[in-house]
Amino acid sequence: MNNSEKKRMNGEAEEENEEDVEDEGRDAWERTYTDERSWEALEEDESGLLQPIDNKAIYHSQYRRRLQSLSATSAASRIQKGLIRFLCVVVDLSKAAGEMDFKPSRMAVIAKHVEAFIREFFDQNPLSQIGLVIIKDGVAQSLTELGGSPEAHIKALMVKLGCAGDSSLQNALELVHDTLHKIPSYGHREVLILYSALSTCDPGDIMETIQKCKKAKLRCSVIGLSAEMFVCKHLCQETGGSYMVALDEGHFKELLLEHAPPPPALAEFAIANLIKMGFPQRAAEGSIAICSCHREAKVGEGYICPRCKARVCELPTECRFCGLTLVSSPHLARSYHHLFPIEPFTEISARQFELSRVASKTCFSCRESLLTPGTNKAGPCAACTKCKQYFCLDCDIYIHESLHNCPGCESRRITPAAASATKS
Amino acid sequence: MLKEGAIESRLVAGPLVVTTWPRSFLLPPHSRGKLLRDFNQSTVVVGHGYASFQANRRSLISFSDDVSLLVVLIDTNPFFWSTSSSSLNFHQFVSHVLVFLDLIVRLSQLNQIVVIATGHNTCDYIYDSSLDTDQVTGEGELPALYSFVLQRLEEFVDKDEKLGAKQEGLSEKRASSLLSGSLSMALCYIQRVFRSGPLHPQPRILCLQGSPDGSEQYVSIMNAIFSAQRSMVPIDCCYVGSHNSAFLQQASYITGGVYVKPQHLEGLYQYLATVFAVDLHSRSFLQLPRPAGVDFRASCFCHKTTIDMGYVCSVCLSIFCKHHDKCSTCGSVFGKAQLDAASDRKRKASES
Repeated sequence: MNNSEKKRMNGEAEEENEEDVEDEGRDAWERTYTDERSWEALEEDESGLLQPIDNKAIYHSQYRRRLQSLSATSAASRIQKGLIRFLCVVVDLSKAAGEMDFKPSRMAVIAKHVEAFIREFFDQNPLSQIGLVIIKDGVAQSLTELGGSPEAHIKALMVKLGCAGDSSLQNALELVHDTLHKIPSYGHREVLILYSALSTCDPGDIMETIQKCKKAKLRCSVIGLSAEMFVCKHLCQETGGSYMVALDEGHFKELLLEHAPPPPALAEFAIANLIKMGFPQRAAEGSIAICSCHREAKVGEGYICPRCKARVCELPTECRFCGLTLVSSPHLARSYHHLFPIEPFTEISARQFELSRVASKTCFSCRESLLTPGTNKAGPCAACTKCKQYFCLDCDIYIHESLHNCPGCESRRITPAAASATKS
Repeated sequence: MLKEGAIESRLVAGPLVVTTWPRSFLLPPHSRGKLLRDFNQSTVVVGHGYASFQANRRSLISFSDDVSLLVVLIDTNPFFWSTSSSSLNFHQFVSHVLVFLDLIVRLSQLNQIVVIATGHNTCDYIYDSSLDTDQVTGEGELPALYSFVLQRLEEFVDKDEKLGAKQEGLSEKRASSLLSGSLSMALCYIQRVFRSGPLHPQPRILCLQGSPDGSEQYVSIMNAIFSAQRSMVPIDCCYVGSHNSAFLQQASYITGGVYVKPQHLEGLYQYLATVFAVDLHSRSFLQLPRPAGVDFRASCFCHKTTIDMGYVCSVCLSIFCKHHDKCSTCGSVFGKAQLDAASDRKRKASES
């Protein structure tokens, strides 16, 4: 809605100027007004208020297309996902980042969405680490070190960062390469570049740097904010990352959040290893100790490292004295749904649903009626391939995006005998 | 003390083998369908006038912040209720819960209740106070709510039994209920309430569980817990079984709910009324039971013992207590790049 409104406003202003110039050969943006007439889709209800356009069906079809593309790539051969990720986010703060085509400015929009991205990233990958890098005046500097705590990164972003000068992709890649060179071999190295400029001023040959990154197994992805550039495309193709250009703010947020779940990992990128980890117990209520992160005396809450008995305030973290990685079992459990994903549901058309003769025409999980309101006919719904229960479209989206459990399959008990019978 | 005819069990050397479905765990022996009559004699009737509350409910439009939507998950697992050696049997438990539900409805006209039963082989909705079909009025000795819920519970237990009859028998020492199924259904229902518009009561989930944790449900229960944490739905728990449930303690801790294991089960209604009847906004003014010590340690995949230091596979995050050469879950060889390992396997296969 936002996007089409913005385009409409821009389009009308330009239309007045260019109407005289271009008579025939309409551009695509002009065709959207003459052919599609999106304003005719608006309707009023009985009291004269505008009714929201039903984009439920559009939303669901977009969601299913995305799901199909994801499952097609992963179902073919159980592709592993890199669960322990070391990601460097490179933010371009050159003069181009001060452009106002994203309101209020590109830089403000980037800061806002990177904060949401960092929270989502640590929510989905609790064992991973992020580092922030900025490019300003042709020089790349590291804003924060690689770390596992979201608050430190977000605090650094909220400082007023001015934008000036040129952008240098090569300097950024060199800095990131040096940073990520030091991490252990079982981690997956990733770089996410948010590029607003249309050029890059480099001190040397960027192609050599790209080859160096490829050899170091860095997976570089770029999200462009202005236009597509060959050098970014080449970088992403060489290193196996993804290159997308954002159309507007909503699209930018969507593209950014797509990088939060772990990407499919190529087997040769990381060496499997057994990592020694500690699972600390909570300190007793009322016990007083000096915590190792703040160097202050604290009462009660906190955790005790099982190896050196130092007190830490939050998890996951690395013990400052003995270097043991400290996690709790829910942190590991947050990543299990990437390893045991549920199958996408099959879509059932209204006609198939009527033919199936189910007893109750309600969604199995939320008990909402599957019939379109006002009529007696069934609306579109989805069904699970294993338990054959019917779900409404909203539950389908919720189950696959957030819950990762099929309520129908969880409400059945499969005995070992039955399970082996179905397998054979 | 097992009731006569409740379970037929053959004690084989080793774990207890339960071969038939425990019948009549709900009721005193040799009486089926008498639940309502027995209930009537054994509990206090809380009064009439329930019907008049229903009529006034829908006329109010605005929701203040002390209106709650309570989703109650009742454990009806017969393997637990027939073997529980505590002082509470199933129909005393149901009587406490029904009086508690009535209390919730009386606290505010806008409060909504949904009851989901967690069985051994299936889970299902029992009662939804916002549905037109569940609005019951009636005269009689019992309030209409009680008889409706009891009848639906009995139908559910019959259905659960029929589904279990097809199986040849279990050899589990401790049979667990399908908690992950009912949690998932509760969360989907709550999402539907969120979608219904800006005015909706504050939802929370209350788990009345007695069965022990089923380790095969760990991943599903954790998924449900994280989804509840994201939607900011607290999961409270009142555990009536014998040992503490680690899953439910973690659930309450992570989602910001309350976990209570009552010491005196005869007074279960008192625990429910004082701790769980209050809405979310008013909880900040109360002193609620604090978690005594949630155990977040992991258990290793090879021996199932809890460990406080272990080794984690970087590919599939399985936990081991000792160093191994190969991960038993995902098959990755440690210390070697995966391609080398795969080519080694191919070479060995072609040689042999």
